[in-house]
Amino acid sequence: MQQRRNSASVPVLIILGLMAAAWVIPLLWTFATSLRPSDQSVAVGSWLTTDMTLANFQRALDYAPFGQYLINTVIIVVGILVMQLITATLAGYVFARMNFPGRDLIFLLFLLQLMVPAEALVVPNYTTIRLLKLVDNPLAIMLPYVASAFGTFLIRQTFRQVPKELEEASVIDGCSTMQTLWHVFIPLARPTLVAFGLVSVSYHWNNFFWPMIVTNDPARRPLTVGLALFAKAVEAGADWSLVTAGTVIVILPLLAVFLIFQRQFISSFMQSGIK
Amino acid sequence: MAEPVVQPKRKATAPKRGTVSTGWWRPYLMLSPAIVLLLAFTIYPMLAAGYMSFFKINLATKQQMVFNGIANYKDLLASPAFHTVMKNTVLFAFGTVPFSLGLAMFLAIQLNKQFKLSGIFRTLFFYPTVIPMMSAATIWLFMYTPQYGIINRFLGFFGIPDINFLGSSTWALPAIMMMTVWKDAGYFMLFYLAGLQNLPTELYEAAELDGANGWVQFRRLTFPLLMPTTLFVSTVSLINSFKTVDQLFLMTGGGPNNATNLLLFNLWELAFSFHDKGMAATLTVVLVVILLILAIIQNQWVDKKIHYN
Repeated sequence: MQQRRNSASVPVLIILGLMAAAWVIPLLWTFATSLRPSDQSVAVGSWLTTDMTLANFQRALDYAPFGQYLINTVIIVVGILVMQLITATLAGYVFARMNFPGRDLIFLLFLLQLMVPAEALVVPNYTTIRLLKLVDNPLAIMLPYVASAFGTFLIRQTFRQVPKELEEASVIDGCSTMQTLWHVFIPLARPTLVAFGLVSVSYHWNNFFWPMIVTNDPARRPLTVGLALFAKAVEAGADWSLVTAGTVIVILPLLAVFLIFQRQFISSFMQSGIK
Repeated sequence: MAEPVVQPKRKATAPKRGTVSTGWWRPYLMLSPAIVLLLAFTIYPMLAAGYMSFFKINLATKQQMVFNGIANYKDLLASPAFHTVMKNTVLFAFGTVPFSLGLAMFLAIQLNKQFKLSGIFRTLFFYPTVIPMMSAATIWLFMYTPQYGIINRFLGFFGIPDINFLGSSTWALPAIMMMTVWKDAGYFMLFYLAGLQNLPTELYEAAELDGANGWVQFRRLTFPLLMPTTLFVSTVSLINSFKTVDQLFLMTGGGPNNATNLLLFNLWELAFSFHDKGMAATLTVVLVVILLILAIIQNQWVDKKIHYN
């Protein structure tokens, strides 16, 4: 649809402005509190004082190993993504191009994973993870998410649009299936793979429930679980400068990446959510 | 963040012609990593939960595994705790889904227009989607604090006495709903923006010639034409509300007095706090059935009515 009118009317703009304020004030207030000296964290009055300080961040970093949490999160997120891309590309190719007995049944298996999210299966999956002696191992957090029906369908959809001729040409040139996949399909599917990657990374970066269940050792926790326990511990003392500083440490890198790659983020979420 | 969703366009269909298949085992080999993991972490747990749901196994009371027939299901359906949890979950769904969707639609329709601030507005409404639910929870925990929290200060400005939102069994659930709407509306806005991109311009031109103004255009054209998007997003957000759990851990712990105890949180309690494995398995089955029904509605009923692309 084209743009019908080039501007919103004044009353609509006022409503939008008020709503935008409601959306952004929580964030600004969190930032402001994290920068205020802790004895003024809940002071009434102006948001920004002249004696702004980074001391709260230092205290937060001393209090909880956010650096370690960050490393754990990166390992988990990258691990999941790499394994997802391998399994989903292979499976997506098979479903896009091959025919074989049992195909529909296997397809149903993938569909089932799409319909029953891993969150619902945490109890039996935890038993499995304990049986495999993987509690506190980053693999425990990754394994239930590695086979991604979502990624498989997305990649299959893209692979179906690859012209048959390109594939045949590559076969005539003597490429094996794997080589064709690598040299023809994957380069053509790059935008899809990037979109899937962004959605997967933001989902697993933010994931909390399952990682919390399979980690006991503080040194193994990802950022979200670390932040939750940190906030819980600190909240008891109502030390809001510390809670907000911890929060900012977690979200600042995310917000920075989001603001820089905003277009890519929004189009990836749109593409993967709807197509 | 809401979980990414995909909407399979077509059901399993055989490709026109098999191509480079040499060796019958090749597709199976290529699928094997995914199949092994799907069997281990999707199929097996469903079967295991189904099986365990017929047994009494409570690790807290060191009880042996005893076959219990369908007694677990009977006990669950009869238990007041389950009723409270189901009631809370349904309330939560009906309190968040319409608001998120309504806001998302309003924002999308307004921000689909290009004006000076539209890009900034989009960013402002979308950013909660990219931060973890847990950090949204820490932010809102602070917002809701009695006396110091910005919400109570704002209300105090109008002479409204202090409310302990998260500590009150009346206010806790609505408070959680509000922060959830704040977190999710921007995500659903994207679906509507995509839906709006696909509406036919000619209809609007014709409507304008007929002198139909903004409100009539919305009621007669935009709203009905966006219906497929609305149905789809409704099922997505309904599924999300049945999976809501993260913010409860930090903000309320399911309380006070179970006022914010939702299905998945209750499942966690049964399994990891009360160590009642039999009941946890039973509740897992109930949750899986609910999610399957919602997903089937999404695939069957909604799929047919949506024609993106």
